[in-house]
Amino acid sequence: MWGRYAAALPANAWNWIAVWRRNYLAWRKVALASVLGNAAEPMSSLFGLGLGLGAMLGRVDGTSYIAFLAAGMVATSAMISATFETIHAAFARMHHQRTWEAVLCTQLTLGDILLGEVAWAASKAFLAGTAITIVAAILGYAAWPSILCALPAIALTGLTFASLAMVVAALSPSYDYFVFYQTLVLTPMLFLSGAVFPVTQLPDAFQQVGRFLPLAHSIDLIRPAMLGRPAGSVGLHIGVICMYAVLPFFLSAALFRRRLMR
Amino acid sequence: MSAIAIGLTGVTKSYGDKVVVDRLSFTVASGECFGLLGPNGVGKSTIARMVLGMASADAGNITVLGEPVPGRARLARMRIGVVPQFDNLDLEFTVRENLLVFGRYFGMSAHQIEAVTPSLLEFARLENKTNARVAELSGGMKRRLTIARALINDPQLLVMDEPTTGLDPHARHLIWERLRSLLARGKTILLTTHFMEEAERLCDRLCVLEQGRKIAEGRPHTLIDEQIGCQVIEIYGGNPHELGALIRPYAQRIDVSGETLFCYAPDPERVRGQLRGHTGLRFLQRPPNLEDVFLRLTGREMKD
Repeated sequence: MWGRYAAALPANAWNWIAVWRRNYLAWRKVALASVLGNAAEPMSSLFGLGLGLGAMLGRVDGTSYIAFLAAGMVATSAMISATFETIHAAFARMHHQRTWEAVLCTQLTLGDILLGEVAWAASKAFLAGTAITIVAAILGYAAWPSILCALPAIALTGLTFASLAMVVAALSPSYDYFVFYQTLVLTPMLFLSGAVFPVTQLPDAFQQVGRFLPLAHSIDLIRPAMLGRPAGSVGLHIGVICMYAVLPFFLSAALFRRRLMR
Repeated sequence: MSAIAIGLTGVTKSYGDKVVVDRLSFTVASGECFGLLGPNGVGKSTIARMVLGMASADAGNITVLGEPVPGRARLARMRIGVVPQFDNLDLEFTVRENLLVFGRYFGMSAHQIEAVTPSLLEFARLENKTNARVAELSGGMKRRLTIARALINDPQLLVMDEPTTGLDPHARHLIWERLRSLLARGKTILLTTHFMEEAERLCDRLCVLEQGRKIAEGRPHTLIDEQIGCQVIEIYGGNPHELGALIRPYAQRIDVSGETLFCYAPDPERVRGQLRGHTGLRFLQRPPNLEDVFLRLTGREMKD
């Protein structure tokens, strides 16, 4: 009985690396276009909103608006990057490209594939988030060297949203369903988590909802690091983010097992 | 080393109300080519998936290379190569990169993979395509690369699901020749196919399936001798029922399929003699083959 479930879990601590390296090899062929494509969206938001709205708003939360927004954009870009890699690219590899089917014929398990895919999506998220962090630092919107503390938080954010998106990918019959996740989950989360304005602007009930969202916790880690301020409740934030990474991972493994190993 | 490569005992698998595999048992000895023969949708691919541990049986036991499946399927798969029904090569990668990526899935180092790549490409007759992108290869080349990829871990057992479906005759004959050379090297092959000719040419033994059940098992020529055992005359161009009545005394058996009459005749000359006066008939006389066996067992008429 255990054997059936073992197939959905990683077989060991290193098998996933082969999946990660396969994706890395494919990415390397289109790296430049991919980096520009991924970074352009959050960069234009950062400068468009940051400079435009910033001129009207003045100081927000004790800093310039663009510096406030930078942390939000770093976390958001990690979220979007991990999500898109999973629900589009990984879904294609599972679905019509039949890449997973080929891998399942080797000594890798479904769990190894999922771990490799999640780690890969998190790597791309880390790259996207770090690129914006560096730009913000160069332009003087982020404090050096405390931004280094933001890097592990960016990676963790990538893992979490890759893992969550994996559940969505496991449940979706086709690409058409992904838009619901984007519009009904990710976009509201952006506003409830303090990415573009302080959550204190929201009615109390919405603020309470925000406390449970993974993006809010990752922004609570990234923003103090980028602004060079002391962060509070670091353990709590990391704990919540990790929970959102681990539980959906196992849920997606169970769902994919039901979908692919019938 | 166990002499039995694959053993199925009483394996049953259903999807909803539909029984896809029904109390199926067979064993595949090491070094033989064993065929699962049957029309599309008969459960052949499901059997292949269960052997690989990618689907679990509702009842029955499966042992592959001494490992219970699906419990220890991963360990069995370390020594198995798989040629799937549909190509799932990485199209954006080159031929060499496909082998590199696949070798890593078996825990091989880049050095180990590079060491075996030339011989695999030579085997697949793709030496000149090492750096070509897979998307540029023909269907036959892709199949050969898929076979080369399946050999990267030097497997004892190959599981091949419809390996030549969709290929032109040249490509198909080259694949058959390559598979025979694998058998000569002592590999075991489990082959699913709906090509009777393929099964007849390659398989040491085979199992004929209908609706998930085994309806015959044995060596191809034994099955042909047992089930048919005489020449076959195909007669076109007349009223098959009228002609059938005329030649019935000389025929061991007569089947009608559409406008064609199939006559199984121990003495074909007497059948021809009987029909000499009829004009407009065309005859095709040939030795019996597996297709005749299959159609005798399952009936000539199309079933849905």
